[in-house]
Amino acid sequence: MDLSDLSAAAIAREIGAGRLSAREITEATLARVDAVEPQVGSYLSVLHEIARETAARVDERIRGGETLPLAGVPLAVKDNMCLRGTRTTCASKILESWVAPYTATAVARMLEAGCVPIGKSNCDEFAMGSSCENSALGVTRNPYDLSRVPGGSSGGSAAAVAAYEAAIGLGSDTGGSIREPGAFCNLVGFKPTYGRVSRYGLVAFASSLDQIGPLARSVEDAALAYDVMAGHDPMDATSIDRPVEAAAGALPTDLRGLRIGLVREFETKGSGTELDAIYRRAYNDLEKLGAVLVDVSLPTADYGVATYYLIAPAECSSNLARFHGVRYGLRVDAPDVRAMYDRTRAAGFGPEVKRRILIGTYALSSGYYDAYYVRAQKARTLIARDFAEAFAACDAIACPAASCPAFEFNAKSDPYSMYLMDYYTIPMALAGLPALSVPCGWATPEGGEVPMPVGLQLCAPLFAERLLLGAAHAYEQATQHARARKPAIAQLEARS
Amino acid sequence: MPADAIDIRYVAELARIALTDDEVERFGKQLGDLLEHVNALSELDTASVPATAQVIESRNVSREDRLQPCLDREVVLAQAPQRQGGFFRVPRIIAE
Repeated sequence: MDLSDLSAAAIAREIGAGRLSAREITEATLARVDAVEPQVGSYLSVLHEIARETAARVDERIRGGETLPLAGVPLAVKDNMCLRGTRTTCASKILESWVAPYTATAVARMLEAGCVPIGKSNCDEFAMGSSCENSALGVTRNPYDLSRVPGGSSGGSAAAVAAYEAAIGLGSDTGGSIREPGAFCNLVGFKPTYGRVSRYGLVAFASSLDQIGPLARSVEDAALAYDVMAGHDPMDATSIDRPVEAAAGALPTDLRGLRIGLVREFETKGSGTELDAIYRRAYNDLEKLGAVLVDVSLPTADYGVATYYLIAPAECSSNLARFHGVRYGLRVDAPDVRAMYDRTRAAGFGPEVKRRILIGTYALSSGYYDAYYVRAQKARTLIARDFAEAFAACDAIACPAASCPAFEFNAKSDPYSMYLMDYYTIPMALAGLPALSVPCGWATPEGGEVPMPVGLQLCAPLFAERLLLGAAHAYEQATQHARARKPAIAQLEARS
Repeated sequence: MPADAIDIRYVAELARIALTDDEVERFGKQLGDLLEHVNALSELDTASVPATAQVIESRNVSREDRLQPCLDREVVLAQAPQRQGGFFRVPRIIAE
């Protein structure tokens, strides 16, 4: 048995039954990390010591008779989430040496459930990007083709799980930052309903959109993580106080009676014939599993990217005002406070973060506020209404998770071409809906040598996580696309 | 929607970011391009549409005002770029 290949569900089961220890899994995972990190670069910090200490405590708790839903499961934590005593950088120079003095609620719940934190994973700086290339502190490569990006912004967590350097990765999704890297790395990437998982301890990017969720190698593992993390937290005033129906225990294997909407406006988006064929086959497979396919319309979804690139930067310009060198993080000394702010922020933020702060500041500034920010908020209303109308006719929506498979480094030098990567994921984020990507096939990108994973996106009404995970599970179990290929990393191939 | 070019230096001043001349030129062009894309929103008829700030029904959240444990002052100040005693030290703000 190769320990680091095990699913989170299997690890927890084996450890719970006393057939395996958290120590053994942790050592196997750390050995894998040490072997593949020079090629993949998933982590900004590897937590050898904390992982071993945590594993020892998990084994003690198991010996003491506790039942832990995620006993010994190796966890990758995106580096924009606080874990007490660890560097939490947001992949930014401005927080390069900042050590979190407390632990995020979502992370704390995963640890309480038995997870072992293996490392803090790379991401686009302050979660702004779709490829991890905006990290100021490291390069992460796609384990399926090292010349390609892992997606972003949660690309480090995705690469870690894909390369068996963790069984579950925590990501945050603002406009697609869990779902797109999930699609790029052959994973399930799940963004719950806005407010389902506490944002306490997640460094804020766009507070009305940010949501934490899992990246995993199966729907069941993602559901296990969701069940542990979801639920009200008094430390986050926007966290939702309503009961969470556990999803992991009751995942269906067919889709009988489920109405799945196909979005008319997404039909002609010309993703290329090979991709079109993959998605057509995916929709047919949903039908074969008992779903009824219905035609739905999201007329305003096409304005999603424009809406998002006003609202998210506006919120970011406000949230990132706190980084100015007074209380923590980088400070560039200057004779007066004003110059200290200006120089600290100039030196500490990378180009994409500066661009977004500038566009957000502009959109919120006097004279432009109504024309840009308020208009975008109104467009957001229309987008949410579109979904509400669509869900009157269907129970879930199926569409692509990304515009294309993982691309090569430096392929998107124009900022707007990168923004378009999230064309299919942004509308759901603006509407606050739960959505996930699940592997649906393999396509060889133009100029590429190996087939890369392709993700199907499923989206459900607010709070319908259980239905969503169930549909994804039925599809995953019937098709098994994720298992068709293994990552291209040398160590993994030598082993098999 | 307004069509005037962004005064990028003014916006950077508001945002408290010192920009190099090269950045002024590059960001100015990139933000101008982005605004052209987002101007598509003016095609939507939003006259009678309310603005959405947050999608989930939300209400004011209050709790009893009780003393609760919080971070230790030393833990917080240990992260300060510069400190003096129990304070964050910054350059002079008020003129002599």
